[in-house]
Amino acid sequence: MAELHLSGVQKIYPNGYHAIHGIDLGVADGEFIVLVGPSGCGKSTLLRMVAGLETVSDGTIDIGGRVVNNLEPADRDIAMVFQNYALYPHMKVYDNMAYGLRNRGMAKDEIDRRVREAAGILEIEPMLDRRPNQLSGGQRQRVAMGRAIVREPSVFLFDEPLSNLDAKLRVQMRVEIKRLQRRLGITSLYVTHDQVEAMTMADRLVVMNGGRAEQIGTPIELYDRPETTFVATFIGSPSMNLLEGTVAEGGTSVALDSGASINLPDPRADLAGRSVTLGVRPEHLTPAADGSGMTLRLDLVEALGADTLLHGHLDGDERRLVTVRLSGHFAPGQDSVQVAATDAVHLFDRETGGRI
Amino acid sequence: MIKRVTFRNPWLPYALLLPQLAVTLIFFIWPAVQALYQSLLVEDAFGLSTEFVWFENFEELFADPLYLDTFWNTVVFSFSVAFASMSLALLLAVMADRTIKGATAYKTLLIWPYAVAPAVAGVLWFFMFNPVVGINAYLLRGLGYDWNHYLDGGDAMILVVIAASWKQISYNFLFFLAGLQAIPRSLIEAAAIDGAGPFKRFWTIIFPLLSPTTFFLLVVNVVYAFFDTFGIIHATTEGGPAGATQILVYKVFSDGFIGLDLGGSAAQSVVLMVIVISLTVVQFRYIERRVEY
Repeated sequence: MAELHLSGVQKIYPNGYHAIHGIDLGVADGEFIVLVGPSGCGKSTLLRMVAGLETVSDGTIDIGGRVVNNLEPADRDIAMVFQNYALYPHMKVYDNMAYGLRNRGMAKDEIDRRVREAAGILEIEPMLDRRPNQLSGGQRQRVAMGRAIVREPSVFLFDEPLSNLDAKLRVQMRVEIKRLQRRLGITSLYVTHDQVEAMTMADRLVVMNGGRAEQIGTPIELYDRPETTFVATFIGSPSMNLLEGTVAEGGTSVALDSGASINLPDPRADLAGRSVTLGVRPEHLTPAADGSGMTLRLDLVEALGADTLLHGHLDGDERRLVTVRLSGHFAPGQDSVQVAATDAVHLFDRETGGRI
Repeated sequence: MIKRVTFRNPWLPYALLLPQLAVTLIFFIWPAVQALYQSLLVEDAFGLSTEFVWFENFEELFADPLYLDTFWNTVVFSFSVAFASMSLALLLAVMADRTIKGATAYKTLLIWPYAVAPAVAGVLWFFMFNPVVGINAYLLRGLGYDWNHYLDGGDAMILVVIAASWKQISYNFLFFLAGLQAIPRSLIEAAAIDGAGPFKRFWTIIFPLLSPTTFFLLVVNVVYAFFDTFGIIHATTEGGPAGATQILVYKVFSDGFIGLDLGGSAAQSVVLMVIVISLTVVQFRYIERRVEY
């Protein structure tokens, strides 16, 4: 168990590609941190740098008060779960889990105790004598977890461990991993591109984009107060609607380019006349009485049972797609609907995308 | 689930198979049957008198100490060739797998020896080891070893093993490299995190995962050394000195075409046939089944 500190970590490949532009992150003991972002954002690279599978170009990585930049992966006191599980196909499950302990010269009976204990926790005792190819995807996933926990490492690293599972199993393993991590209290770094996985599992999230950490915070902080338009659209499903507009005189409302106007809950006199991007989540748009809201021309209605998603565009702005999430059912046969924004609106600078 | 192809004309599939069947029958089955028949005959060198003797040729063969020596030579030669060419090829493949710069050029160069004809490969090494003008013999003399494969049976055996192995390294290299590249990187990384150093990773992860390739190549190399090295031996030592490099295929040739003992030679080819059939059975039964993990 240990704290993990990254300071000014950068990765520049020999061909000059700048994959990571200086990440600072402090992870408390026992905390579950999720690195999330689109593919190519550098999240896996960052994880592999912590693991010691990639060199660190600049900055320091500190595990439990020890700078590990130049240590071999084996000497960093970490364990990693790979996307394809990376189980040794020629070894039985027992040997897969014992391999790392044997390499460290641990006593036989201690190895046996740890492997059986981990197998008990993960409920894979009946499979200890099987080979990985005789196991299902979920069982392999558990063996990979078992191989990590027998080591009793300071830090767990997960590289998209659930992406090879089917949807149902993924939800189940998500809960199991989170529960196991709580129980063992081991500091964890978890990489995923799935924002639902990120939101549900993380104590804190790091949203990455283009090799930078866009925002670090708890899932609720990121949902309620996204610092950039990237975070705003990445977190939450369906994505937040972004509408261009100009703050009106006095800062009490935003006049959208489409012609409609949205009132601001807190007047922002300081922003009067400024071009902004207004963000409002689909669930924060509600039906309004005729004439009091904006007209949404419907393209598609998706009924999800509990909710209904309305896709369309505002009158006067053909290009910008807008999504509205209504709870309950929606009477079919309408081609437009009046909507109004609730108080939960976000303002971003139109140039930089930063929150204002 | 086997896909069945249906032909509109029922004779078409047979017509398509015919050339292949004809080649097999004329060039493989018929000579094999001839050999089987001839192995039961004793014939004089000019074919003037022929006598059917049942298995007398085989009895003589296995009572002949020279033939048994040849058997032993073949075993030593084959396994030396297989071991030398496979271990060197594996070493080269492991190194090629790591190289990033110039990998393609490196791989292409390593594959070239495969295109060299056996006899040419033999002569190449024969010259380099020639006791009078060969550079390698000269270097060995510098080291205090008096190399002479004309007189020393051991030297002659080493020479043909080197020549035969050199030619086979390319083939083995290709298979080993493909095998290495099929091992997922994450397995090696997982082993590194599990505290295994490069040497241990090789012996506990990489080598076991290559075992299907290794087993396949072992059979292929033994078959190669048994049958395809005739040219190398014929161009260099001609089985000598004093039969030290006489292997089974070479003895078939020298007894049959030089000694003109057609029945004895045919009996030897039948023995070789039995060996190659059993090797093929081993290959199909074990390799085809055990490749998948």
